[in-house]
Amino acid sequence: MPQNEYIERFQKQHGRRLDYEERKRKRIAREGHNASEKAQNLRGLRAKLYQQKRHKEKIQMKKQIKAHEERNVKSSEPAAPSDTPLPAYLLDRSNQTNAKALSSAIKNKRAEKAAKFSVPLPKVRGISEEEMFKVVKTGKKTAKKSWKRMITKPTFVGPDFTRRPVKYERFIRPMGLRYKKANVSHATVLFFLGLYLHRSQVTHPELGVTVQLPIISVKKNPQNPMYTQLGVLTKGTIIEVNVSELGLVTAGGKVVWGRWAQITNNCENDGCVNAQLRVYQQRPSKPKREIMAM
Amino acid sequence: MATVLPPPSKRQKTAAAARAREQVSPPPLPVGNQRIQFTDADTGLAQGPIVTVSLADLTPANLSLLLNSLLDRHDPSERLPYRFYDPLGGEAAVAVADFSQQKLLEAIAEGRASAETTLSIPCRAEAVFRVRAITRCSAAISGHGESILSAQFSPANSSRLATGSGDKTARIWDTETGTPMHTLSGHTGWVLCVAWSPDGGLLATGGMDGTVRIWDPVAGKPLGGPLKGHGKWITSIAWEPYHVQEPGRPRLASASKDGTVRIWDVVGRKTDFALTGHKGCVSCVRWGGKGWIYTAGHDKTVKVWEAKEGKCVHTLNSHAHWVNHLALSTDFALRTAYHDHTGKKGVPETIEAKREKAKERFEAAAGVNTGGSGSNETVERLVSASDDCTMYLWSPATSTKPVTRLLGHQKQVNHVVFSPDGTLLASAGFDNLIKLWSAKDGTFLYTLKGHVGPVYQVAFSADSRLLVSGSKDTTLKVWDVRTGKLKEDLPGHKDQVFAVDWSPDGERVGSGGQDKQVRVWRH
Repeated sequence: MPQNEYIERFQKQHGRRLDYEERKRKRIAREGHNASEKAQNLRGLRAKLYQQKRHKEKIQMKKQIKAHEERNVKSSEPAAPSDTPLPAYLLDRSNQTNAKALSSAIKNKRAEKAAKFSVPLPKVRGISEEEMFKVVKTGKKTAKKSWKRMITKPTFVGPDFTRRPVKYERFIRPMGLRYKKANVSHATVLFFLGLYLHRSQVTHPELGVTVQLPIISVKKNPQNPMYTQLGVLTKGTIIEVNVSELGLVTAGGKVVWGRWAQITNNCENDGCVNAQLRVYQQRPSKPKREIMAM
Repeated sequence: MATVLPPPSKRQKTAAAARAREQVSPPPLPVGNQRIQFTDADTGLAQGPIVTVSLADLTPANLSLLLNSLLDRHDPSERLPYRFYDPLGGEAAVAVADFSQQKLLEAIAEGRASAETTLSIPCRAEAVFRVRAITRCSAAISGHGESILSAQFSPANSSRLATGSGDKTARIWDTETGTPMHTLSGHTGWVLCVAWSPDGGLLATGGMDGTVRIWDPVAGKPLGGPLKGHGKWITSIAWEPYHVQEPGRPRLASASKDGTVRIWDVVGRKTDFALTGHKGCVSCVRWGGKGWIYTAGHDKTVKVWEAKEGKCVHTLNSHAHWVNHLALSTDFALRTAYHDHTGKKGVPETIEAKREKAKERFEAAAGVNTGGSGSNETVERLVSASDDCTMYLWSPATSTKPVTRLLGHQKQVNHVVFSPDGTLLASAGFDNLIKLWSAKDGTFLYTLKGHVGPVYQVAFSADSRLLVSGSKDTTLKVWDVRTGKLKEDLPGHKDQVFAVDWSPDGERVGSGGQDKQVRVWRH
């Protein structure tokens, strides 16, 4: 069990309060009244913050309503035939998933031999240890010897990770900076589009798509082998993502499960992990680390 | 690293030694005789007289010899290979379980069968020739600039393969040398379907541009311009069967997205008439050997038309969603007309003889499925595959009600074919499965599991013993239909396989897909 899921565990073991459902229903039923009361009675900074929150909520609501409306409209326009040729039996089917476009793009790219040893980001900026780690100085002995470090960059830890006892924990990977999913795309142009993707898909005739995929592991952090071990996600890091939902298949006709991707953004600045699928799986040509001359 | 097993313990070793010391007596030879009667598995008619055979000799090989001699085929060259089915399983076992001496002896021992009653053994003659399973890719030919959307072998022999592609051309390939023969350019859209005429003398292509074009496959030249008339793309083409053609005036039917089917006079280059009646895209057209045209549409119906005047004879409603594909029990005979497994030697000289032979082959194929009635009337059976995840088996000549409904697929059924001998049905679905059914009554036989992507197309070998399937998962797989097992797994394509065809003479399989390469596979 992951360390932080004690509430779920308790619920599994002992169940909920008997009046849980009723209380929940009542709370939801009261929500409108509460909102109204706050809107009328809050003053000063609190009122400002509340209005801001409410504003955002309303935007979301409107978007949702619009999406629902669009779903109900039946367009009379025939779907434009796609650019990729399809046999007659697939023509009117709209379930051509975008994932297919992605896998085709990879295959086309692979046909170009030049792409064989390329990674999307050939060079990365060097990150010094001072930037990567913060020295932890809490507690008497820890402060004295200052042997404990907190990682200041986003990290990936496995699903069953539990922290070690305080006495032995050399590196702290803060909960707030842990990531489980990456926005994976296959396109160089995504740089120019400047996308901030969070659970979104972008389709482009040539470029394929962006999909959010679970991270399986960190394969190589070009900065330092130790960072690979710690699962630090920095720009240029090669990660393995779970592509099983894309339905990619190998040349032998087996389903591809994991595929390697390189992180293309500064995750610590953006609050999300964007990555690009690598065309070739074998031989991780490691991006070169370049110490910036200050 | 492989795990090394620990050495066997002393107890295991002594047990093995004891087993080796112990003498095993051979199974006792069965004694007694059994009266047997051969029956036709399709019609249930008796084959030859009742004979008494000793139980010890009751093996399939002996039975085959016996049946041949009972039917007065003494010369080894005229003997037919037979397949015998389990006599004890009743109706359902026919076409599933094979006859085995072991099982029969067990049944006698258990009292389920007795030597005193006559045992009727269902049997079925199989193809006299044998198609070997394809095992390797003999040629991967580049040439098309876009995905290959359709492929068909010439009915005459396997050395010519026609493919239609997204690069707006069709190509004819010489599969013997693995080289391109002709590039047929003229379409202004993707070439969605290709169809050889039954005599192999003409090639028809239909495209995204809504035109049908006729080509001379030997010279690689177009015969006249495009046949215009359809408002939208062509989904399927069917030639008029050879034996009902007016000599020298072949016709063809083209189905289109615009909801019509047009019957073209290929020589006169004009529409004879159009079959209008479908309310949506017509997804498939088949021209039967008894003067009927069958069409399936996205309006959930299958329609049967009279090929002379174009009247709608029947509308078969049962499906709950688009009908994707149709197959006739006589498809193979109609496609190959007078070409049979003997190749060039078997082709008659004159047109009359050719027509006669084509008719004979059609009637032989249509006679298989008379369904136990025993009459000599030819019945063309139809099966329709649909988006409602089911198929219906029809016998349109006798009834507008379906014979049976074939349930089992969990997603849309895309493609369905009859085996050339008309005894089996294979269906391919988007649920990654292929299912085999008995064509007689639609009983389910096997599920062929193995593909990891939707299966787009399947094709039987000419002897009905093997099946090849092409899938989105980039592989071709060959299946043994007798056991329902995977025979060969053929990776090679770099992307999904859209079209696959087994040549009528069984020599080669041609396939094409999104990787723009035509692949030819052989034994």
